[in-house]
Amino acid sequence: MLVYAFRRMGQALLVLFALTVLVFVGVWMIGNPADALISPDASMAEREAAIRALGLDKPLWQQYLDFVGGLMQGDFGNSFIYREPVTQILASRLGASLELAFAAFVLAVGISVPLGLYAGLYPDTRLSQAIMGFSLIGVSIPQFWQGMVLIILFGIWLAVLPVGGRGDTATVFGITSSLFTLDGLMHLLLPAVNMALLKMSLLIRVTRAAVMEVKGLDYVRFARAKGVRPYRIVTKHILGNIMLPLLTVLGIEIGNLVAYAVITETVFSWPGLGRLLISSIQVLDRPVIIAYLCFTALLFIVLNLIVDILYTVVDPRVRDAIHSGGAK
Amino acid sequence: MKDMQNVPLLEVDGLNTSFNTRAGVVRSVRNVSFEVGRGEVLGIVGESGSGKSVTGLSILRLIDPPGKIVSGAIRFDGEDLIPLSERQMRKVRGARIAMVFQNPMMTLNPVQKIGDQIAEALTEHERLSAQEVRARCIAALEAVGIPSPEERLNAYPHEFSGGMRQRIVIATALVTRPDLIIADEPTTALDVTIQAQIIHQMRQLIDQTGAGLIWISHDLATLSELADRIVVMYAGTVVETGTTAEIIGNPRHPYTRRLLASVPSANEPGQPLRQIPGIMPSLLDIGDGCPFASRCDRRIEGCERPIPAERLSPSRSVWCINMPEEREDA
Repeated sequence: MLVYAFRRMGQALLVLFALTVLVFVGVWMIGNPADALISPDASMAEREAAIRALGLDKPLWQQYLDFVGGLMQGDFGNSFIYREPVTQILASRLGASLELAFAAFVLAVGISVPLGLYAGLYPDTRLSQAIMGFSLIGVSIPQFWQGMVLIILFGIWLAVLPVGGRGDTATVFGITSSLFTLDGLMHLLLPAVNMALLKMSLLIRVTRAAVMEVKGLDYVRFARAKGVRPYRIVTKHILGNIMLPLLTVLGIEIGNLVAYAVITETVFSWPGLGRLLISSIQVLDRPVIIAYLCFTALLFIVLNLIVDILYTVVDPRVRDAIHSGGAK
Repeated sequence: MKDMQNVPLLEVDGLNTSFNTRAGVVRSVRNVSFEVGRGEVLGIVGESGSGKSVTGLSILRLIDPPGKIVSGAIRFDGEDLIPLSERQMRKVRGARIAMVFQNPMMTLNPVQKIGDQIAEALTEHERLSAQEVRARCIAALEAVGIPSPEERLNAYPHEFSGGMRQRIVIATALVTRPDLIIADEPTTALDVTIQAQIIHQMRQLIDQTGAGLIWISHDLATLSELADRIVVMYAGTVVETGTTAEIIGNPRHPYTRRLLASVPSANEPGQPLRQIPGIMPSLLDIGDGCPFASRCDRRIEGCERPIPAERLSPSRSVWCINMPEEREDA
């Protein structure tokens, strides 16, 4: 297990290294951050001084080495725009993104797993067909448009829900979040639904497909031949075996919810990481972009690791395969 | 004379099971009747697609849509199972009629300890203390020859070989002490040596417990060692029944003869194996005539009409209107 974890961490570091090189070259190819940062009517001397202050006068490889040097000391550098350490900027936005992702995740999983289970167990009923129709519509509608429809419906016509911003926050156990106030929850609802709807479509389909596959397998039929109650067949034999595909998808999706909330955060003016990324790309604020992408990569690496560990919890075959692999 | 008060353990009477597909109705099992007595081993033999597995599943009413038992009676201990509610049927499954499936690699739930899987067959039917359940599971594993069963209860299926898994499945079927066990090709996926062991053990267990056993197989050689009586199925219907000695020693239906002749050991070494020319007819919208007629060299007029059973002896029936003569040399 330990060998396995170390191997995974080595792979993760390689990914991060490749990622930083790509972003450096990528941003350099798009344009010079100085053009976006320095006002056009600045004098030549002012311009050069500013470029030097940002370290943009050095060759690209030198800039990269400086960046890596800082990274070794845990320093991602300062934002070109805010002149603050990037880590602080990210941290200030992270809470908003996490609470939105959390709410969307709970909504999506809480609704779509039971629906997918039902649609998989009874594929021919009217309700199942309605569920599948709903999921088809869910994947087909562009997210930004769906968000605007939600705003028009609940924010303008019905005027029951706020449509922008994070609302009141409260601090519980040192965590500041809008999850803890009624106003915050009201603000959270529409963006969370906006994000959850798309995920629900996918999760319903994955759950249904897995259930339909597993319920036809011999061990489910054998359980029926043993006279096992239908409830126990579903909970023990079907749910126990769809956890593997479900976990894989959930791991990816929860990462997507945190990292790629760009559209939802833009439509609902949610002060999270997604909006930070968009505005940073517009002004080529390289340190923020890099730090954000590294954070995202790290997030996915950690989530994958968690999913892999959970595999070993739900499936004894995976557990044994890793043990015997690690012993070699 | 048969004792009228002594009802057979299982009596399948005119069973018809069909599958409604887009292409039409597939009549997988047509007008199948047979009996199984207590302590008796009945072999059902037939090729793939002959309806033998569907017959086994029909007895436990485990046919899923689009399949359906269309007509017939399945009298178990004198009581017809067909009209029972799903709830009542659940109490029969596992507790009184147990089933063993073909592929032991697929029959056990991969994420559940085998102890729990065996125990489940008991706890879903009886209220027992944890110690009793444990003791019964261990006893069942011992009966099928699993070494150190106490420790193995906590193991998962993937830690066992195919032969061991099938023993576990058989132990699961036995643990409730059912009156009837339906075994659907239980040794087909196993090595020949393991096969022989399991068959030997099954025979012993049946003799000890007095349960009835239906052993479904495509392999006449296996059945000849194990079964008391044999039902020969072809294309969804029964063509011949009799005691094992009668069927093996003196087959009377042209299909049974061909089937026996195609067993490799019945052939001269070095000679090509004797095959039955032609293929099994499609069961889609099939009629009620003899299904073997299209491949049969003894076909006469009337074979396409429903064939009545010819009762040759109290134990023996053949569904053929132009059966070959009895063989003296056989």
